[in-house]
Amino acid sequence: MSPRRTGPSLPRPRGVLSAGVIGYLRDDGAPPDPGAAGGADPYGDDLQLALYVCYELHYRGFDGVRPELEWDPPLLAVRAALEERFLTALRHDAPVTASLDDVLDGLLLEPVRGSGVSWFLEDRGELRHLRDYAMQRSLYHLKEADPHAWVLPRLHGRAKAGMAAIEYDEFGAGRADRVHAQLFAGLMADLGLDTAYGRYLDEGSAPMLTLVNQMSLFGLHRRLRGALVGHFAAVEITSSPASRRLAHAMKRTGAGPAAEYFYTEHVEADAVHEQVVRRDVIGGLLDDEPGLAADIAFGIIATSFLEDRLGERLLADWRA
Amino acid sequence: MPNKPERPCRITLGDDGPLLVEGPVEITGPDGSVAVSDRFVVAVCMCRRSRMYPWCDTSHRRRARPGERHDTAD
Repeated sequence: MSPRRTGPSLPRPRGVLSAGVIGYLRDDGAPPDPGAAGGADPYGDDLQLALYVCYELHYRGFDGVRPELEWDPPLLAVRAALEERFLTALRHDAPVTASLDDVLDGLLLEPVRGSGVSWFLEDRGELRHLRDYAMQRSLYHLKEADPHAWVLPRLHGRAKAGMAAIEYDEFGAGRADRVHAQLFAGLMADLGLDTAYGRYLDEGSAPMLTLVNQMSLFGLHRRLRGALVGHFAAVEITSSPASRRLAHAMKRTGAGPAAEYFYTEHVEADAVHEQVVRRDVIGGLLDDEPGLAADIAFGIIATSFLEDRLGERLLADWRA
Repeated sequence: MPNKPERPCRITLGDDGPLLVEGPVEITGPDGSVAVSDRFVVAVCMCRRSRMYPWCDTSHRRRARPGERHDTAD
């Protein structure tokens, strides 16, 4: 009799850092030297996979990995070094050069015509592109809204109430079949993909791992609560128009009703979430802690920077 | 008999964008069509440009010159 599986399988390593972390989780050797993070590409496959694996212990863990390792001091020392390398790079590449109001205004401008992934998929995406896209996004959407729940104890009053209300909606408003992660599993099934959590981690590109790691990084550190709120606002504000294009892509290709519904639901839901996140979550947080404006702006700018990198990677693959 | 809710339904007006109404909401259109939403807050389209009228789909937003920003869904 095989033992009961308790989570997804550990991924294949992509370099010395990820090999060291994965080996340590298998109880096969010492963790990597935290100093090794200093020389790694901060957005590269190896560092991002190592960090992703460390963070996954806080979500569902991995099959065969002792749950105690979530709070293992030697592993946390490695994680801290990986985070430091990543966050330093992100602060350098996503500088805050405008006021939060200007950054938000920029996000609220909708281009008449764009050249990003959702535009490509709407215009000429084929089912194979939609499958690729869903496979990558599954690294986030199968834990949709989970990283953002960590910010709740760090918010108060209006900001907490607004954030909790949005998260309640993300988590199905009391109905398991409406949990957004569950709706995404329905989309994956329509596209003929395996809906098992963590199934496509090996296929996850470095830009996709980076994007999910950004959420975990901002979510797990109280000192980054402003950045988490900014990140969340960026996602909610940009989601509605992009989701409309993706819903069209699903309809045009005959992907299936669940695939189409995932995005039509997001058009409607995120038009609401955007309003609540700006008025109550950002507004409330700034009332409590006006000094966090720059951090909120950083979260928005960093998200745009990392989303653009993911989009460029996907389009480059598809046009190759 | 008038309705006597425990507290009034809160409606939020902004400078632009949708009307925010505490859900659940049922809206009857001029043609008699009925739209229902049980979301905690419902965004009702005020600009009439929405492609999922009466719900807001962010079509009220100002348009920018062609360019690209990221896109995602949450």
